[in-house]
Amino acid sequence: MSDRIVTRGFVGRREQTDRGQRIPPGQYRTNDFPVLSAGPTPHTPLAEWTFRIEGLVGQPVSWSWEEFQALPSRDFIVDISCVTKWTKLDTRWHAVSVDTLLEHVDLDRRAAFVIAFCDGGYTTNLPIADVVNDQAFVAYGFDGAPLAPEHGGPARLVVPHLYFWKSAKWIRGLRLQERDEPGFWEGFGYHNRGDPWIEERYSGD
Amino acid sequence: MAPVTWQVATVADLRVETPRVKTVSLLVPGWQSHRPGQHVDIRLTAEDGYQAQRSYSIASAPGEQPLIALTVERVPDGEVSPFLHDDLMIDDRFEVRGPIGGYFVWDSAAADPLLLVAGGSGVVPLMAIVRHRAQTGSGVPCTLLYSSRTAEDIIYADELARMGARGDGLRVVHTLTRAQPPGWSGYSRRIDADMLGEVLATTGAMAQAFVCGPTPLVESVAQGLVGLGLAPGQVRTERFGPSGG
Amino acid sequence: MTSDQELQATDYPGEDALTLDANAVAGTLHEIFGAEMTIAASRCAHCGNRAQLGTLRAYCMGGPGVVLRCSVCAQVVLRYMRRPDGSYLVDVRGAAYIRM
Repeated sequence: MSDRIVTRGFVGRREQTDRGQRIPPGQYRTNDFPVLSAGPTPHTPLAEWTFRIEGLVGQPVSWSWEEFQALPSRDFIVDISCVTKWTKLDTRWHAVSVDTLLEHVDLDRRAAFVIAFCDGGYTTNLPIADVVNDQAFVAYGFDGAPLAPEHGGPARLVVPHLYFWKSAKWIRGLRLQERDEPGFWEGFGYHNRGDPWIEERYSGD
Repeated sequence: MAPVTWQVATVADLRVETPRVKTVSLLVPGWQSHRPGQHVDIRLTAEDGYQAQRSYSIASAPGEQPLIALTVERVPDGEVSPFLHDDLMIDDRFEVRGPIGGYFVWDSAAADPLLLVAGGSGVVPLMAIVRHRAQTGSGVPCTLLYSSRTAEDIIYADELARMGARGDGLRVVHTLTRAQPPGWSGYSRRIDADMLGEVLATTGAMAQAFVCGPTPLVESVAQGLVGLGLAPGQVRTERFGPSGG
Repeated sequence: MTSDQELQATDYPGEDALTLDANAVAGTLHEIFGAEMTIAASRCAHCGNRAQLGTLRAYCMGGPGVVLRCSVCAQVVLRYMRRPDGSYLVDVRGAAYIRM
């Protein structure tokens, strides 16, 4: 065993909370909202912003910002877990459910996977089963205010039951595919699905 | 010791610089030397094996090994800097590796006039340059333009005042962005193109610039300097992120 | 990690406050490549810009891995992530070359 240097008194910012049912294994609870970044904040003007659903659908559909705001929306209060080990409880979003969005298209029966694509080029992939039945939403409000750019505004995907790298910031649409297609991190060492409850952090887990 | 190898550092001294800034002097037995502008990575390990790692610029000039000094700003809600400020004691140990960095460094043999632009704790690596310049007797003209919020936030205030008064070619120009004391004769606003232009008027356009501080300041100053005629290769930057690191 | 408070803390506001220079990850780059990399010459595979690696923009706070982007076109030049066994995955497809 290596001679590890332990620094007296250092515990880190982890809260020593009763793990209970809500903190997935290997996670620490945080009250902050750390900003994850893989690139610069995009600045698409709202007048140019659209949200598309395309791919294996009868007809692609696209909403402008005003049209998107007019869709049925509601508040979601969910816990979120990042693969870098922090979990934040009771985050409050204002969002349109992905179910609501998919009601506007006819899914081809070959469609099995959803690729979320975003300003700046980020992508993430999900089986359709992971984004329906109230499991995923496209949020444009956080904590009672418009979603800030550094947190993914104007709109981001939120998929609370999977690690937060799947909750793509600056989302511009969903593409329905027959074939799975690993996204930015899934193709690069991270797990294809990312279920925090069974610690699917890395490919090979 | 190779710079990527983790070494044990023992806290030798702790010194309050300003209400939110402290200098930690470390004894690192294997330390060879460093170049001003370089940094170290530090690693803290908790009893249960949890680790946190951060980078800090070396504040001291070369030649004091096995001692090196790190000047650290206390970031509220940070994980490491509050520990270093609130809990760390003399004789505590953690790990360091370094010195690191070949890009943001100054060598005393360089002949170009120096323009150092600092925002907040971005002054730390630039102070290593200022101290090294003094210890080597380098006569290159050097201007430090230093942005702080208030007078009590100026790190190394007394040392900079003494060094600036020596008449050896070092000029220290302060700007305070939030509040100024009575009788303040420095600038009273964020660094902008006009201020850079005035500073460059005395430094000259052949200067080698080092800019360090919060990312938005660094980006704005770097763009400003290039807009005033410096070639991009004359402007070296070290972005510290949203606050001092 | 940073909090919303820290993002507001500076007097020089900007949304990309988290952008760093690759110099900030120089230690890990040295660990990966076995040499001081910030002064290594590189060429962006997307736009052709030539730059020392240390001048690339680094996105390394809080995310699953570290992404280095071209300072001209913002495309990914290099990225890496650390596996639990301590090895690194390194993707250099965004670099036409890196001179060692």
